[in-house]
Amino acid sequence: MTERGRGEIITEWLIESVIRLCGISAIVFVFGIFFFVFREGGSVLFQDFKFGEFFFSTSWYPSSPSNVRYGVLALIVGTFSVTALAMVIAVPFGIGAAIFVSEFCGHKLRETLKIVIEILAAIPSVVWGFIGLTVLNPLIIRLFDAPIGLNVLNGGIILALMSVPIIVSIGEDALKAVPDSYREAGLALGATRWQLVYRVLLPAAKNGLLAAALLGVARAVGETMAVLMATGHAINIPGSLLDPVRTLTATIAAELGEAPVHSAHYRVLFVIGILLFLITTAVNLTADLVIRGIRRK
Amino acid sequence: MWAGKALAMAALLCCALGCGGDSSQMAHKKKTIQNAGSDTLVNVAQAWAEDYALVEPEVSVEVSGGGSGTGLAALTAGTVDIANSSRHATQAEIERARQNTGKEPVEFTVGYDALAIFVHPSNPMEEITIAQIAEIYAEHGKATHWAQLGVRLPGKRGDKIIRVSRQSNSGTYHFFREAILGKTADFRLGSLDLHGSKDVVELIARTPNAIGYSGMGYATHEVKMLRVATKPGEKAIIPCVESTMNGSYPIARPLLMYTLGEPAAHVRAYLQWIYSATGQAILAKSGYVPAPKEQHPQWNADAKETP
Repeated sequence: MTERGRGEIITEWLIESVIRLCGISAIVFVFGIFFFVFREGGSVLFQDFKFGEFFFSTSWYPSSPSNVRYGVLALIVGTFSVTALAMVIAVPFGIGAAIFVSEFCGHKLRETLKIVIEILAAIPSVVWGFIGLTVLNPLIIRLFDAPIGLNVLNGGIILALMSVPIIVSIGEDALKAVPDSYREAGLALGATRWQLVYRVLLPAAKNGLLAAALLGVARAVGETMAVLMATGHAINIPGSLLDPVRTLTATIAAELGEAPVHSAHYRVLFVIGILLFLITTAVNLTADLVIRGIRRK
Repeated sequence: MWAGKALAMAALLCCALGCGGDSSQMAHKKKTIQNAGSDTLVNVAQAWAEDYALVEPEVSVEVSGGGSGTGLAALTAGTVDIANSSRHATQAEIERARQNTGKEPVEFTVGYDALAIFVHPSNPMEEITIAQIAEIYAEHGKATHWAQLGVRLPGKRGDKIIRVSRQSNSGTYHFFREAILGKTADFRLGSLDLHGSKDVVELIARTPNAIGYSGMGYATHEVKMLRVATKPGEKAIIPCVESTMNGSYPIARPLLMYTLGEPAAHVRAYLQWIYSATGQAILAKSGYVPAPKEQHPQWNADAKETP
């Protein structure tokens, strides 16, 4: 009896610690990555790092034979221009699709749509990049008489298509979370379906929808392979949607392999990594706080 | 590279397991040669590796690209046996190899490549001077529109020049910079920096306003190769085998392979085979120019004498 009891206690303890370990591991990994990125890039920050040049110069010449310069302004502008365009396209589409899926369509259509959206989310980013390179590029040249089809517009459309699934699924959850009593009350007051959506559901689900959009932004900022292929990878402050750009992520992907380990170039690429980390953390944290905002209500 | 390594490990493991008891076969363990670097050379290196597998089934050659800089970085770290490069190793890279491994990189010229200047077939331009190319690509160059070079593009897309270039670890990029812009000059930013020789040609084929550079082996019928003149008024030369061999084409370069110190026996045998008539024929078939006899390594001639 006692023997068996002890066995059970040990098993219990073992399983409990394994589960606890799994839970903690996520935190460990995040801090591990944080620590690693800072260790690789951090040292350059404290040795006469030219912050002014880094943030305000567009000259990115990491392998210049005579005058090495590390200015990432053009890359920051590139990342933000592509992300902004992607959100201008993806947020209305994504929220609209979320409203349709959650409020307007029948059960069967809803299940089908959800599966299709999940498939959309599962397409690898390199395939999206390939579509940008081979389908959108000639299309943009032909439609807009643009000199080049690999540009902000191309990257923005591709990123929009990639972030729509996230916006739809989180947006739909937010709309679902609105209690049915709100809908019943609205209908009882004689509101049409459109009025119900516009006056009742959207205000009620406001925070969740905002969080959906922010997570879409985080997805777009962090995306690498697709934008590397679709934006033209040219260091350039875009004057219009038809100009090619280069993003922060694509620069790291393209150049980290060449940079000798622990060289200045290598460390500056890690500083770009820190910058990206801070941007996505800020966006995710905001989204998280916004979602918490709904719960507290 | 990782995939190649994993494959090699798997192959070794299979061999060890498959013939565990038989000691006579254990001695014939399959040897691998890790080969990485230049994208210019990657197609030829792949073709060599495939044909060599038929000649010498005991040795398998694992080829990967990534750019000359990537290959040389792997060599200086001691993770590949042969680095392919379309530029000479820099002093810093040689120094790093010495520090990391205590060995000196040894250079082998396995052939030559002419860098062709490509434009879209609809572009009426036929020839270009080195100075014009520099105006287009250099940091303080002034040519941004085709009209400035006296070229009228058909169609209504405007005549902005779309500069296509390469990522900065490409040997082609470094060679082009040295040959066209000079040792200390920089490229003008804003060019489309693509990740492979083939990508450059494919993008130009789809972009009427584009100009770009790539090894002449990558030419297709969808793009136009320009004749290049060293100075205005001089005769413009089309890149081809003869003009590369006789030195009249101005943008030609050696194709190199590097080993760490004197190569091991099986690596050396592979290099000997590359210099053989068969190996050089494969190189020629890919659109490159074979290395002249007097540039073959000394031990290659010695080996020829012994059957």
